[in-house]
Amino acid sequence: MAGYVLRRFLQLIPVFLGATLLLYFLVFSLPGDATAAICGEKGCTPAVEASLRAQYNLDEPFWVQYFLYLKGVLTFDLGVNFAGREIATIIAEVFPTTAKLAVMALVFEAVFGIVFGLFAGLRKGKFFDSTVLVVSLVVISVPIFVLGFLMQFVFGVKLAWTNPTVSGDAGFTELLLPAIVLGLVSFAYVLRLTRTSVIENANADYVRTATAKGLSRPRVVSVHILRNSMIPVATFLGADLGALMGGAIVTEGIFNVNGVGNTLYRAVQNGEAPVVVSIVTVLILIFCLANLLVDLLYAWLDPRIRYA
Amino acid sequence: MRSPRTPKLLSVAAVALLALTACGGGDNSADAGAEGDTGRVIIADGSEPAQPLIPTNTNEVGGGAVLDLLFAGLISYDADGTPQNEMADSIDTEDAQNYTIKLKEGKTFSNGDPVTASSFVDAWNFGAAAKNAQLGNTFFESIEGYEEASAEGSTVETMSGLKVVDDTTFTVTLSQPESDWPLRLGYSAFYPMTAAALADPATYGENPVGNGPYKFAGEGAWQHNQQIELVPNESYDGPQKAQNAGVTFKIYQNDTTAYQDLISDNLDILKTIPTSDVKNFKNDLGEERSIESPYAGNQTIAIPYYLENWSGEAGKLRRQALSMSIDREEITRVIFSNGRTPAQDFTAPVLEGFDEDLPGSENLEFNPDEAKKLWAEAEEISPYNEAEPLTIAYNADKGDHKTWVEAVINGLKNNLGIEATGKPYATFKEARTEATGGALTGAIRSGWQADYPSLYNFLGPIYTEGAGSNDARYDNPEFDELLSTGLAASSVEEGSEIMNQAQEMLLEDLPAIPLWYQVAQGGWSTNVTNVEFGWNGVPLYHAITGK
Repeated sequence: MAGYVLRRFLQLIPVFLGATLLLYFLVFSLPGDATAAICGEKGCTPAVEASLRAQYNLDEPFWVQYFLYLKGVLTFDLGVNFAGREIATIIAEVFPTTAKLAVMALVFEAVFGIVFGLFAGLRKGKFFDSTVLVVSLVVISVPIFVLGFLMQFVFGVKLAWTNPTVSGDAGFTELLLPAIVLGLVSFAYVLRLTRTSVIENANADYVRTATAKGLSRPRVVSVHILRNSMIPVATFLGADLGALMGGAIVTEGIFNVNGVGNTLYRAVQNGEAPVVVSIVTVLILIFCLANLLVDLLYAWLDPRIRYA
Repeated sequence: MRSPRTPKLLSVAAVALLALTACGGGDNSADAGAEGDTGRVIIADGSEPAQPLIPTNTNEVGGGAVLDLLFAGLISYDADGTPQNEMADSIDTEDAQNYTIKLKEGKTFSNGDPVTASSFVDAWNFGAAAKNAQLGNTFFESIEGYEEASAEGSTVETMSGLKVVDDTTFTVTLSQPESDWPLRLGYSAFYPMTAAALADPATYGENPVGNGPYKFAGEGAWQHNQQIELVPNESYDGPQKAQNAGVTFKIYQNDTTAYQDLISDNLDILKTIPTSDVKNFKNDLGEERSIESPYAGNQTIAIPYYLENWSGEAGKLRRQALSMSIDREEITRVIFSNGRTPAQDFTAPVLEGFDEDLPGSENLEFNPDEAKKLWAEAEEISPYNEAEPLTIAYNADKGDHKTWVEAVINGLKNNLGIEATGKPYATFKEARTEATGGALTGAIRSGWQADYPSLYNFLGPIYTEGAGSNDARYDNPEFDELLSTGLAASSVEEGSEIMNQAQEMLLEDLPAIPLWYQVAQGGWSTNVTNVEFGWNGVPLYHAITGK
């Protein structure tokens, strides 16, 4: 087990190198001169432009820029963005907010998705099942920004249950609505995954055996059906954490959350390669760790799986 | 500039004095403010300043709006754009080239440091010196010695044209006479800075110390990408004195979100109604909470002269034909719900010296028959190269340009029968890179927002040869000559007349096609009153009060 985890950690090194190289290259190849973003509509003098280029190493070829960045990362210096702010500070500012948002969304989709999915699966073909299926279909098919604006307008503006936007503190109650919007689509997927999986397992031999043994219905459902149905769901949730963190751009935009998505969006527009690469690399690491966690969870969920 | 001209002494000084004496009667907003609740903290929409808050290094509206409250320059502009003295006691000159500037006694920064002649001179030298790479660098270009200080790699740190006489007096020598130069002194690049600021600008930019109507609420009042909290500066005593208990700029990623906060009373003032809500904001907010106020900005389409179809005599005729086939009236009505006004010249109507009836302004009127005729004439001179159809480039990341570009294009197709397409650029920087590099393959939308209220500000930086924003690469020595003469005129009025003569050339040549003037569309919450927008489309934050 420990050996397995160590191997997985070692795998992160090539992932890190490959990801940073690829990302840096992508941002580097974006059309347009980064100094144009700094200078704005009215432009700079050539002298100012030249010093900006020198300051941010923009006059260097790709490989030099990349290795300078890599050197910085290895000495724990991520550098500064075009406003002269430490990238490490920016990351420390925005990641906790987005992490809070993503975890809240994840909890929301996991709890509601699994509960609704379980009951729908157990009542296959009944009224509850059909209703839930239709609702989840609607949620999946409506674009997230429509749902976001709609919920913001209804709950934030009309009913005034919550503020339409999130303040700087990004407290629990403020993040509730954005988290629900963010988790809504995944909620529908979790629900459908759980339902299918539950239906499959409910007819499995070991469930019939358990029932025949005289085990109580709650025990059969919770231990034998649900637990075994969790493997595809856990896989999905693990991958989704990364997607929620990096993919919250739309939701963060609607609710004005100062998070990873917004920061990334601005950095891409300005062509701030070090910012983009740093943030995305952190996202990749989170993604990898979440996947590792899911893999370890398999062994707990299904005793037939062993790691050595 | 409405004052009679006094011989010898330049009118600017006189106007400044007049503005000062007229203060009691003219400053309506401050008077009215007495009726409202001065204890309210105003929550306003803002955008994250792109750079640390240093006056000489700020060239965008997000930072500019904050700086304008934190600092007071030699002069400031009232709601109409009329200059009024702030730190300056007098700005005197006899030849529009050598200025003597006297400061008021006893003015201080919010930390208690006195505002002296060196606070200005050192800040301006800092802004101009190449080694500091300040984005507002070009604002000092008129001062003698700018060339030496700003040249690439230069180690010169001072401009020879600036001399401190005593604590409250300094002299400025320009490299040529410019009668509208004092008008610029209210722009943020010309604000004074403390000695500590220049020693460590990065630290200062995080917690700036100014001499204006407001100051930072404390260390770290700027929570990046969230809000900037300002409170009144008690040591400030001038025409912009705060009528509220503070202004908090809440930073929004987009206007649509801010609008939701406005209609639910979580935001007190929104200076730009998002395009998607332009049609309904007056219904949502009511007449008493919304405003449409023209400001000094315009929208144009620049057509580079390096495009073969659009150069020479034929190009000139085609430009005129193009301009006449755009129905500005209809587009401003239908697309902007009258939130823009059709252009009649290259500047903006709120400026002193604006003339709506310049000879040649008929080229900006919708006239499809004449347009077809002109186009046919151009065809006789040299045929239009169909292989290079017209494109109109715009940036798709900021501002909603797509809708009106499409409307303009439809006008060209229907009225001229030529092929034209919109060319969206994903980002602003991409569009700018091609424009400044002279690599455009078609026309590009370009807008201008005034830095200071003067006709020259709309002409010099855009249409003179080699100017930074001359996207069209217009090169007309006669025009340049006339602008210099206009600058050197002995008064701003006289100068404006000459500038307008220069504009006649532009109206004939059309290096860019003026489309419309900007109108600020804003709104405010049920909690505030006394809202007025200034000549530059920015609310007069200091005058807003609670209800």
